[in-house]
Amino acid sequence: MPWVLRGLRNGIVTSNYPRRADAYAEGFRGAVAVHPSARDLGPDVPAVCPTGAITVDSTEVRLDRGRCILCGACVQAFPGTFGWEAGSETAALARGALIVPEDITETDRGLQQLRDALAQRVRRLRRSVHIRHVDAGSDGTEEWEIHALTKPTYDVHRLGIFFTASPRHADILMVTGAGAHGMLAPLQRTRLAMPNPVVVIAVGTDAISGGLIGSTYATAGGVLDALPVDVMVPGAPPPPFAILHAILLALGRLPAAGNGSGAHT
Amino acid sequence: MTTAAIREVTDVKEWRSQLLARVAAGGRFAGVYASVDGPGVRLTAAVADAGRVNLLDVSLGPRTRRYRALTPAVPGAFWYERAIHDLTGIVPAGHPRLDPLVLPLTDGQPRPRPGAPEQPPALTPHEQPLAAHLLGTGIFTLPHGPVRSGAVESVEYLIETPGEDIPHLRFRPHHKHRGLAKRFEQLPVDAGILLAERVEGIASVAHALSYAHAVEDLAGVDVPPRAALIRVIHAELERVANHLDVAMRLADAAALAVATARFSWHKDRVLRLRGELCGSRFGRSVVTVGGVNGPLLRPVEETRIAGGELERDISGDERAAMLTASFLDRLRGTGPLPADIAARHGALGPIGRASGAGEDVRVSRPYDAYPQLGVQVVEGAAGDVQERLRVRWVELHESFRLLRAALQALGDDNGSADLQQAEGEVGDGRGVGWAEAPQGEVLYVVEVDAGRLRRVAARSASFHNLPLFHTVFAGDIFTDFPFVEASFGLSIAGVAG
Repeated sequence: MPWVLRGLRNGIVTSNYPRRADAYAEGFRGAVAVHPSARDLGPDVPAVCPTGAITVDSTEVRLDRGRCILCGACVQAFPGTFGWEAGSETAALARGALIVPEDITETDRGLQQLRDALAQRVRRLRRSVHIRHVDAGSDGTEEWEIHALTKPTYDVHRLGIFFTASPRHADILMVTGAGAHGMLAPLQRTRLAMPNPVVVIAVGTDAISGGLIGSTYATAGGVLDALPVDVMVPGAPPPPFAILHAILLALGRLPAAGNGSGAHT
Repeated sequence: MTTAAIREVTDVKEWRSQLLARVAAGGRFAGVYASVDGPGVRLTAAVADAGRVNLLDVSLGPRTRRYRALTPAVPGAFWYERAIHDLTGIVPAGHPRLDPLVLPLTDGQPRPRPGAPEQPPALTPHEQPLAAHLLGTGIFTLPHGPVRSGAVESVEYLIETPGEDIPHLRFRPHHKHRGLAKRFEQLPVDAGILLAERVEGIASVAHALSYAHAVEDLAGVDVPPRAALIRVIHAELERVANHLDVAMRLADAAALAVATARFSWHKDRVLRLRGELCGSRFGRSVVTVGGVNGPLLRPVEETRIAGGELERDISGDERAAMLTASFLDRLRGTGPLPADIAARHGALGPIGRASGAGEDVRVSRPYDAYPQLGVQVVEGAAGDVQERLRVRWVELHESFRLLRAALQALGDDNGSADLQQAEGEVGDGRGVGWAEAPQGEVLYVVEVDAGRLRRVAARSASFHNLPLFHTVFAGDIFTDFPFVEASFGLSIAGVAG
């Protein structure tokens, strides 16, 4: 009996995202941005990044969020060029769209095609979607953030999104980790056990590129080579709102403002 | 922090007898690892006693591929020696069960050989089933994993059972082996700390601290007082988050929906507070060698108030949970770890303390601001799941007290000056560092050669404690499994390496 009252005690703690913007999601230090007036173009700039996410040519600095582990080394060393960007909507549909600043001419049309193809594929999933998660060599943090989605603060059940133990029931495959060789076969078997259509989401920088672990004798530098991935959500780890954004992006269920043109600067 | 001693003996028999003598004299066996060293292999054992960590080295010659296993005399070495065999191919002769643990390799395949300059070839995992250990009418093996239900880490449990009891249980954590020991090698000393944070992500701060302490030990660096306080604040919030995670999983296992929701809400609030203090919900990039990366990003007074509100809310739900009969019925007497086994194994952290063992290195080998703040260590006895939870509740309140005390000592001075001891050249050699993670003692031995990491032995509490899982299923049945697993509160990432 006391639990009934306890359950009511604090009112509703659940976010209204995506119906309404969430202050925490918008204020979260979600990514590193390159200032439009980037000043530092020297060879010491890429060297500051422990994962090789920064490239510099004669006129431009680019940062690959698919490699960035948000350690802040570049922000600290070159504050005139790099800065923190608030917000949780960091997921993208194409690997290239994670590189900022975006090469608009190159990615825009491709992204539109990707989005249309994905929308066609997920049309039948409608408003009841089941997710199966597989850890392919994570450090354990991504699992905490994914697990939080089912709990009251985020409560994805309100959006018709559920986690399932059986791949036979699953529509979305969520993969974490740097692609440990020992997990690639179980991962692929899980994918094959799922009925089509399937959407695959790579959760976290480790899953996209291997992050700091990278490609070793034991890891494949992420899971992108192991199976076709539809949505990538960078972060080390990405917070629950970023993962939720990735799910909604995959399902084409974001309100018009945040329709996921990929990582935005 | 200079409370580590390194001794080298020339003869493996002498090494063994010195090690056994130290353990017999009351020392706690804290691990053994192997490093390729020139043409031979060096074995290093760690024994903790009387506020010190003693490392004991011996070199095996180039042609020596075996040594007499420690495990029959020191049961705590059981998994360490399997890991040595996996990583280097050295055979601990007389080991009771030398199955692959962290690497799915068979004899004859090339080994990663930590410490050797070359990179190993890509791993081709084999997926062969393990032979059954038990024989008897109707006994079968129930493999569970590596892909398991829920958003959890990958691990394979092999439950050998006649149907309901769990007379024998084995693990295979190697599916998610990431090759971390080799990954550390040749990194610049500063960069190693980021990798340490990823050895076991849910204890990022403790691993970073342990690594930093090892390098600071080597470089003879003292951390500025305010940086030491900020380290404590992040470390204790990490403990609170992990202990809430255990409470949430236990409540979930008992299908107490409201309690699960409440504890997960509190846990998310703690992660948010941590994010507001440093930008990362897991306290990443806070600890640097020689200090911390910056001041708290939130005013001290606000943080104190947020901490107070959190503790008050948690306390109410904690009291309700510990009075809920249907919850306690599942915890009481479940998964008991006898005190003698805990002591002999050197069980770490809350699991050890719930069984009357488990030193807290914040007290026995204090670091950072703990000598100044003091830590009250909880003593447990019953050794079951309920006692492990009780120990965690007491620790959680102590963490909030330390948070308050550290914030008070920090005062209003939240500037960014004096947070980082200018780091001189880190000389060649070996440093030893430790920290009390929420799971127990994390131990790092960091070897530096010409400013780069030559070998890092990262030992998580999870690695040391998980083999105890074998022994706690006396009389327990399938449906107790999630309770026992949750009460261990460990991370597979920290086990598989």
